[in-house]
Amino acid sequence: MSEYTWPDPATRPLLGKKISRVDGPVKVSGRAKYTFDYNPDGLLAGKILRCPHAHARITSIDVSAAEKMSGVKAVQVIQKPGTEIFWAGDEVVGVAAVDEQTAEDAIRAINVKYEVLPHFISDAEPPQNIATNNGPISQDDFEDMEDNQVPDEQVVAAIKQQGISWHPDAKYLKDLQASGADPTVVQALRTAKYAPPSGSRLPYKKTAVQTQGEPDKAFASAVAVVEGLYGASAITHCCLESHGMASEWPTDNELLVHISTQNLSGIAPQIAEPMGIPAGNIQVMQQYIGGGFGSKFSPDRWGIAATQLSKSAGGKPVKIMLERAAELEVAGMRPSSFARVKMAADKDGNLVAWESRSWGTGGMGGGGTPPLPYIFEIPNQRKQNVAISTNQGSARAWRAPNHPQAAAITMCALEDLAAKMNLDPVDFLTRNLDLTGPRAKIYRDEIPIAAEMMEWKKNWHPRGDKTAGPVKRGMGLSIHTWGGRGHNSDCDLTIHPDGSVEIKMATQDLGTGARTIIIIVAADTLGIPMDNVKLLIGDSRYPVSGASGGSTTSGGVTASTRRAAVDARNQLFAKVAPSLKAKPEELEAVNATIRVKSDPSRRLSWKDACTKLGALPMAVRGKNPDKSKPPDLTNSGVGGVQMADVSVDTETGIVRVNKMVAVQDCGLVVDVKTAASQVMGALIMGISYGLYEEKILDPVTGRMLNPNMDFYRLAGIADIGDLKVHMMTGKGYDERGVIGLAEPPVVSPGAAISNAVANAIGVRVPFLPLTPARVLEALEAGGQA
Amino acid sequence: MKEHEKPQPDTTSGLSRRDFMKISGIGAAVPLVLGPTVVYAAGEEVVVHGPGKVPVVLTVNGKKLATQLEPRVTLLEALRNNFNLTGAKNVCDRGTCGACTVLMDDKPVYACSVLAIEAQGREITTVEGLTEGDSLTPVMQAFVDHDAQQCGFCTPGFVMATTHFLKHHPNATEDDIRRGLSGNFCRCGTYDGIRAVALRRAAESNGGES
Repeated sequence: MSEYTWPDPATRPLLGKKISRVDGPVKVSGRAKYTFDYNPDGLLAGKILRCPHAHARITSIDVSAAEKMSGVKAVQVIQKPGTEIFWAGDEVVGVAAVDEQTAEDAIRAINVKYEVLPHFISDAEPPQNIATNNGPISQDDFEDMEDNQVPDEQVVAAIKQQGISWHPDAKYLKDLQASGADPTVVQALRTAKYAPPSGSRLPYKKTAVQTQGEPDKAFASAVAVVEGLYGASAITHCCLESHGMASEWPTDNELLVHISTQNLSGIAPQIAEPMGIPAGNIQVMQQYIGGGFGSKFSPDRWGIAATQLSKSAGGKPVKIMLERAAELEVAGMRPSSFARVKMAADKDGNLVAWESRSWGTGGMGGGGTPPLPYIFEIPNQRKQNVAISTNQGSARAWRAPNHPQAAAITMCALEDLAAKMNLDPVDFLTRNLDLTGPRAKIYRDEIPIAAEMMEWKKNWHPRGDKTAGPVKRGMGLSIHTWGGRGHNSDCDLTIHPDGSVEIKMATQDLGTGARTIIIIVAADTLGIPMDNVKLLIGDSRYPVSGASGGSTTSGGVTASTRRAAVDARNQLFAKVAPSLKAKPEELEAVNATIRVKSDPSRRLSWKDACTKLGALPMAVRGKNPDKSKPPDLTNSGVGGVQMADVSVDTETGIVRVNKMVAVQDCGLVVDVKTAASQVMGALIMGISYGLYEEKILDPVTGRMLNPNMDFYRLAGIADIGDLKVHMMTGKGYDERGVIGLAEPPVVSPGAAISNAVANAIGVRVPFLPLTPARVLEALEAGGQA
Repeated sequence: MKEHEKPQPDTTSGLSRRDFMKISGIGAAVPLVLGPTVVYAAGEEVVVHGPGKVPVVLTVNGKKLATQLEPRVTLLEALRNNFNLTGAKNVCDRGTCGACTVLMDDKPVYACSVLAIEAQGREITTVEGLTEGDSLTPVMQAFVDHDAQQCGFCTPGFVMATTHFLKHHPNATEDDIRRGLSGNFCRCGTYDGIRAVALRRAAESNGGES
């Protein structure tokens, strides 16, 4: 009798309204306790000695002086002499001491000697003549592809074509499947041809040329062709709460972990293996997390070190939180991505051909392949990518992996082509929306709304602000997409005989509003006030819920909560029906009452209804996905449009954002308030990476030159301009179900700002961030300065 | 020299920079023992703290808090690690981001950039000191209403900065707000909400509400 659909818009007391986040009060008052704030009695401070060289071999480690220091409780060599180190800041020795000062002194007392090796850090354009990488795929290559979210079909094709250079055993394949890898990828590995490793250590991995249609013919017959250089520099995640973990051993075989993570349910298995204890003996806790953005899925080497140090220190709690410099240097990076692009349109302004030679680096792993051309399935294409392995801390998934870079490359080329054809880019994009596939209708809905909010028709001018004076004004736009289907999530919902409701789920709220939307869904379904629902998250002993990555949490946790709440409600109806002299299916739960739909006067208050449960509470588990019971409550595939209005001072090169608008779809919006906040935040993060953020490496030492928040500059409150967000709701959106929102709105801002700058000053500034130096250089190269 | 600038030998608050300059020449003669030592320097009796742990008394949120700290411990470390007042956050390690903002004698300071021994004798107010129990101040309530927080890690620092700014600039304009709150960084992108908080509170104070 259960049906799992979202309620009709007319009967949603809470769903789709503007509701303040439930954990707002504890956060604003400083009462929210983060991992960094975990401070039990007897806590030992953990610190890490990091390698100062970008490439080196450890020749000797002497920890004897540190071990003898008063207050030092444990010293752990993380990487032994003889180990080759591939990036500066890599972990070498860990120390636990009675306080931070003593731990710092102990780190200084450790003597490590290195054989310094040559490093390679440049992500400049690779030489033309390097060979295509056709050798077998190593385990590292494969794991890098997975980490970089290379599309499954591409991974499968590469494995089939190139073979693999290692023998994945049954356990590896099983773990891979359990970690959420696509079955086609696991199967491809299982049946892959083995080939011995090629032994090549060139830093460049060049893909085969991918061709589709007849690009040469299409370019030859096109009326407008544009060629350009585009891209985005490497940036870091810069979570304000740095990465870190506290470990303690209540007994020899039981471990308690507090960790700043996006993956609460997935941490214990990653610790169990290196520590050699059953995952079930590990309890992982986290109530609040100070930012993740894709960088916090693992306990990391420092987390394992904290666990080992705690063991050596008799089980006392040891907490290691990264210093800011380490956070920026090793704990997060978004790969750089650049491309030479050629793009063509026919006389009617239809896109007909695309050619790109792209490159970039994501550290030793080489980096991901940006999905080019972004969104627009141009019929004739030729493309090739070179991933560059560099000696720096490896890339981690950064909100919408590879999409912001792909958008910066594609949308900027598109705008340049529109300018060349003297077309308004809004018209040009709109004309080509059929090439965007299933999302075309969404963009068609959204573009006019954004244009209206921006007064585009009134304010836009052809390329190059012709007004007098050094400050030029311009406008630009970009569109984006993302998947965002809900992840696996189990939800335990208990109704107690006193009417209180409790939900348990081993998930996390990154500040996205996950707590709030879970409670909204439960309260909306049960017809009770939100404060009647107690939500328990952040403990691995609760039912398993997926990692918060790829915008999968909102769909996952709301779907499992909806199923649990619908089942619980229906079971309660069955208990209550006899006393209301009705059949269970004739009842409804509204305004904290259970009543007969056709005769609302026959009713019981929620509290009285729950007493019918008897002495024991009623517990129900809801799952997502539950493919046996369609229709689904979550979906995949969203569209968004953003426009920017900027001023550029052509004398100083300084770009200021005057205004930005974001029009965003995410299916059924559970809470319009927190959803709009997330889009607003994405705009601001986009202004930050569009104008300021860049991970700058020193070619001489290979070290990051700006591992601090003075010179790794985030946007501040004075930098953001006037921002407007519009969430798409209602028919055409609601019925698709809940879709995640974290990634999509952060894709477009860089491209939209770059296009606005080009529109203002009449020349393209090729790479993000659009620093004053780059703006002035482009003006000079374009003969405009 | 104005009266209040004269060096005041202070037996409770450790050593001023000026005192330190005066005695640094005889540093080698100071025995390395725990606890304060009184030395005779430049014609005055001076209390020398360190290099080991020394007794420290801080006045935080109206309460006297006593502990033993090395002189190099910052106010932020003392608040968080010794007194479990974790509302002020440790983010940038170097006085850039404002997440550790507290009030010292009603002036906002980065607690990571003040030594705990230097904070003795001053009135320290942390975010915990603004409220009791589950209550919220009007500024905090406005942060909730305008959803001016996401992960929340920068939020207590912003609440402290905003509270102090509005108290001293009740008629702040949007431009004033942009300048006045530029000492704090946020990563999730909550500035628009914070701007709305400050504008609303400024408007309310102009309208005569508290």
